[in-house]
Amino acid sequence: MSARVLVGVKRVIDYAVKIRVKPDHTGVVTDGVKHSMNPFCEIAVEEAVKLKEKKLVKEVVAVSCGPQQVQETIRTALAMGADRGIHVEVSGKDYETLGPLQVSKILAALAKKEQADLIILGKQAIDDDCNQTGQMTAALLDWPQGTFASEVNIEADKLKVVREVDGGLETIKIKLPAVVTADLRLNTPRYATLPNIMKAKKKKIANVKPADLGVDVSSRLEVLKVDEPPQRQGGVKVETVNDLVRKLKEAGRI
Amino acid sequence: MGIFQRFARLPLKSTYIWSLCPQYSTDLTAVDRALIVRSSNPGAAPPRLPFSRVTREDLAFFRTLLPGRTITDPDLLKSSNVDWLKTVEGNSEVLLRPKTTEEVSQILRHCNERNLAVCPQGGNTGLVGGSVPVFDEIILSTSLMNQVITFDNISGILTCQAGCVLENLSNYLEERDFIMPLDLGAKGSCHIGGNVSTNAGGLRLLRYGSLRGTVLGLEVVLADGRILNCLATLRKDNTGYDLKQLFIGSEGTLGVITAVSILCPRKPKAVNVAFLGCSSFQQLLETFQCCRGMLGEILSAFEFFDASCMSLLEKHLKLTNPITESPFYIVIETAGSNATHDEEKLHKFLEEVMTSSLVTDGTVATEATKIKALWSLRERVTEALTHEGYTYKYDISLPVEKIYDLVQDMRGHLGDMAKNVVGYGHVGDGNLHLNITSPSKDPALLAAIEPYVYEWTSEWKGSISAEHGLGLKKRNYIYYSKPSEAVALMGSIKAMLDPKGILNPYKTLPDNIH
Repeated sequence: MSARVLVGVKRVIDYAVKIRVKPDHTGVVTDGVKHSMNPFCEIAVEEAVKLKEKKLVKEVVAVSCGPQQVQETIRTALAMGADRGIHVEVSGKDYETLGPLQVSKILAALAKKEQADLIILGKQAIDDDCNQTGQMTAALLDWPQGTFASEVNIEADKLKVVREVDGGLETIKIKLPAVVTADLRLNTPRYATLPNIMKAKKKKIANVKPADLGVDVSSRLEVLKVDEPPQRQGGVKVETVNDLVRKLKEAGRI
Repeated sequence: MGIFQRFARLPLKSTYIWSLCPQYSTDLTAVDRALIVRSSNPGAAPPRLPFSRVTREDLAFFRTLLPGRTITDPDLLKSSNVDWLKTVEGNSEVLLRPKTTEEVSQILRHCNERNLAVCPQGGNTGLVGGSVPVFDEIILSTSLMNQVITFDNISGILTCQAGCVLENLSNYLEERDFIMPLDLGAKGSCHIGGNVSTNAGGLRLLRYGSLRGTVLGLEVVLADGRILNCLATLRKDNTGYDLKQLFIGSEGTLGVITAVSILCPRKPKAVNVAFLGCSSFQQLLETFQCCRGMLGEILSAFEFFDASCMSLLEKHLKLTNPITESPFYIVIETAGSNATHDEEKLHKFLEEVMTSSLVTDGTVATEATKIKALWSLRERVTEALTHEGYTYKYDISLPVEKIYDLVQDMRGHLGDMAKNVVGYGHVGDGNLHLNITSPSKDPALLAAIEPYVYEWTSEWKGSISAEHGLGLKKRNYIYYSKPSEAVALMGSIKAMLDPKGILNPYKTLPDNIH
């Protein structure tokens, strides 16, 4: 198959880092904080590379939107097996307000430009938990979508996707081209091994601006305030049953 | 219940018959010593020394001193009576949990007067049976002495009570942009007091040195209850003999450490971990030399484990090998203040070892989650081994080139008797953890391993216990690594500081000093 897969990868604060709110409550501290590829995006890259290894797709293109640093994230995708990368340059204020709507417009424009047959994204990013980009991209392109995928199989010109839904597992067949968003159990991402990391240094990353794709990245949302969740209150140990009853009465519970 | 009824119920744990053994003599050759050692089990407990037994009056004293913190319930005592490896079990009936140094002093004063033996206990993660009672010694636990006393964020000097859990101290320091100078797999449970009294080594020794350099001061309670306050927080202090060095590594036999002041390094801004595969030990050593040369001051750990360890990790803990199967695996950690500088050095190093084929495959991690995942492969080998049945553990220091020769030699020597013979450890420090597994305890296997392994080590002037200490299990092997004059002097120091011998008896020093 001569299919081309577009994989979106997002650079987010590393999963293991303790998040701190900025003193002015406009956002979280990102300076000097460890960043890495969104775990669901890793799963998306892994799936795309697996499809290439099965010879079901011809080329895997990794895309990321953001400032200079996102090139590291694209390089990681290249080290995992992607063939080339596209860096959509968005920085400063625009990057702070970049959200799913603008990203999906960018991805839709790129899909048309690169003539992609399949877009694989992570189901959501661990920083905003929006879970919107995949769905919006599909709508903008008027493509079918297979979201929360825990299994993906290409059968002729259709895609069989097993989706994890609240009620269990739903299996759907959708026509290509399509958008798929990866859920946790789709696969276990590989470690980028040294030979591949070195090969990745030679792979190309193209630079593109949103304006070149005809996309306006201004946001329609305004973040009013960012706060930490309320601190968990410690519990109290009591010595006797009478104490317990008394404390419950004091707290108005009984 | 009467004391004598308890006594009658005590199961005899030791089958050791000391009277059958001839007394040691200074003229013995190594061969003679080996014969003696083989004729009995030097790792087992000797007969109970004539300490007093705990009476109702003693319990009343403890209960007044430590209300609610004097534990006599056998179910609660059970876990403190058994070591982490579940190979040694004592019969203590009293567990004490003091909160302050003053309480520890009163406990020891009382025990010294009454001739009651005491077993100081921290996190109980020791691997040589040094942290649990052998008989009915009173367990003195530091678990409630868990307060940080002070932290100076300019000098990086932390002062804390001995019962602080290492991981908690690490978390406390990390919030203040510092780290502990030591790190080990047991960090979630071990206490800093225990670490100091065993001179724990660990994964960071290569970079930050041993506790003998980083501990600046100690507060110790001596056997008779005297409080020795040497809790200086000075980087340099040459006023008289450095007493704290006596207590560091003394395994609770010279005094009970109640507080520690320790010099902590700044938290590195950039940590990277590389996980590499080598096809031979010789190439591993050359990789180490290349590493030292090219990574230099940013190198913070260099650990290895062999293919047998990897298969145990995969089999028992379902961990996945991140790279292709290799005979040897290396974990390299770099820690520095500038990510770009470190990554550039690391990538140059990796390119060099890959193109020169010293390394056959590898992966790198810069993100915290991946770093943890790669480290857990090395850190959890000990855990994986516990699933094999019974493990005979040896912690040996050798000249670096000889480290794996011992593993291969043991494999050949033991043949089918052993289920698995694995090697791993702090190769950067010349420290091998040799582990031999068998489905269950096997005296014939033990007889084939010991004293062969100790003689092998002694032949290459190595240490029979690099970092684990002697505890109960290895106390009688001290002569393989120390001359008799040294051991005799140790005995004199012990007699001077603890004339009644109540502090952690049956441990560290051999049963017969000559």
